[in-house]
Amino acid sequence: MIPLLRETASQTAGPYVHIGLAPKAAGFDIFENNFGHVLATPETQGERITIEGRVFDGSDTLVRDVLLEIWQANAVGRYAHAADRQPGKQVDPSFRGWGRACTDFETGVWSFETVKPGVVAGRGGVPMAPHVNLWIVARGINVGLNTRLYFDDEAQANAADPVLNLIEWEERRKTLIARREQRGGNAVYKFDIRLQGEGETVFFDV
Amino acid sequence: MTSLAMPILAPAAADGEYLMRDTTSHPPALAPGYKTSVLRSPRNALISIPQTLSEVTAPVFSADELGALDGDLIRNYAKTGMPIGERTIVHGFVRDQLGRPVKNALVEVWQANASGRYRHKKDQYLGALDPNFGGCGRVLTDEHGHYVFRTIKPGPYPWRNRINDWRPAHIHFGLSGNGWAQRLITQMYFEGDPLMATCPIIRTIPDEEQIRGLIAHLDMGATVPLDSRAFRFDIVLRGQRATWFENTLQGEAR
Repeated sequence: MIPLLRETASQTAGPYVHIGLAPKAAGFDIFENNFGHVLATPETQGERITIEGRVFDGSDTLVRDVLLEIWQANAVGRYAHAADRQPGKQVDPSFRGWGRACTDFETGVWSFETVKPGVVAGRGGVPMAPHVNLWIVARGINVGLNTRLYFDDEAQANAADPVLNLIEWEERRKTLIARREQRGGNAVYKFDIRLQGEGETVFFDV
Repeated sequence: MTSLAMPILAPAAADGEYLMRDTTSHPPALAPGYKTSVLRSPRNALISIPQTLSEVTAPVFSADELGALDGDLIRNYAKTGMPIGERTIVHGFVRDQLGRPVKNALVEVWQANASGRYRHKKDQYLGALDPNFGGCGRVLTDEHGHYVFRTIKPGPYPWRNRINDWRPAHIHFGLSGNGWAQRLITQMYFEGDPLMATCPIIRTIPDEEQIRGLIAHLDMGATVPLDSRAFRFDIVLRGQRATWFENTLQGEAR
């Protein structure tokens, strides 16, 4: 058999992940350019939304030292990456679609300022409902957790989504649906993540 | 080191799916010897999904987003002089499982200082902060998948797990490659450190070969005489298939 190299083993990001990935959260200023939680610039096309939530452990305790990243398509459903060759969809030069946020050490709340993504073609061209990909790391998490956030005002698209439909337990699909709220003039989608126990969020092996 | 010797000739182009993650290469989510994992590990099985554009794409980073000193931890936080400790170069290649270089990968590192103390508002260890050491850096790999940064060798430190657990000297690595499915965080250790044998975090990895893969080796060929020692640490990210005979990811069903 032709040998493959083995993927380097994952290790926990640890309690001080902020030093490397978000030094301002660790309490110091070192980089001129910081990767942060604001994805949308004034030029970005699409509906401005806030995504926010908290993370809970298996004892229902707030986890306040998590780092999250999101990766999403732009408002027309196109990823800013060369492998996305969907016809007729343009990259938005003012939207990379990637962001990084930390839970607040006091309140445990994390948030992103972004735009609502469009529909992306799934395998075989079957459309996927608008969604945001999340990656979660922290002390006590040995391998980064992958999940997806879907939107509760896309019920029809969600019902037909090929990934949501792979989750055998319909009840568990609900853990991936963010709830829209109006705060002042802003649309806010609330999305709490439960690492373990009742209402445990669906995590994916991608 | 096995990865260095492997004679793999992979086709150069690939933008298809990533090879299935071999879970036996990684720690399980629940590893009770590392106590914090007990309440932070999902109890349900991960749900395996066929990859889509969402998993095979990823953010693309460019050199102009990084500062000139971002990869030099000796100088990037120096305020009144140079940081104290062993001047150390760390370098290596980032490749995928088929041996291809992963070009333009973002490599982010963070670590304690020579005293084993982190510049973090939550670190209360007695070890002294170094006013000239921040403890983080970031670089992009070149066209050969090579990365290099310069730092101070971190010290070991005690941590709350069992009564007397110590972390071996280590550097944390975050890697962002060509696809979201390749995202990885790991830790690099230094060859010969006796604390590795009892470290509960290393021991979350159930495979000795995989543990050896996290150990950097003294690389006399890359040292700078009268200046810095060097260590070599190679990293393997998930391999990517070519898309011969198929257009499944975004095309029409066959």
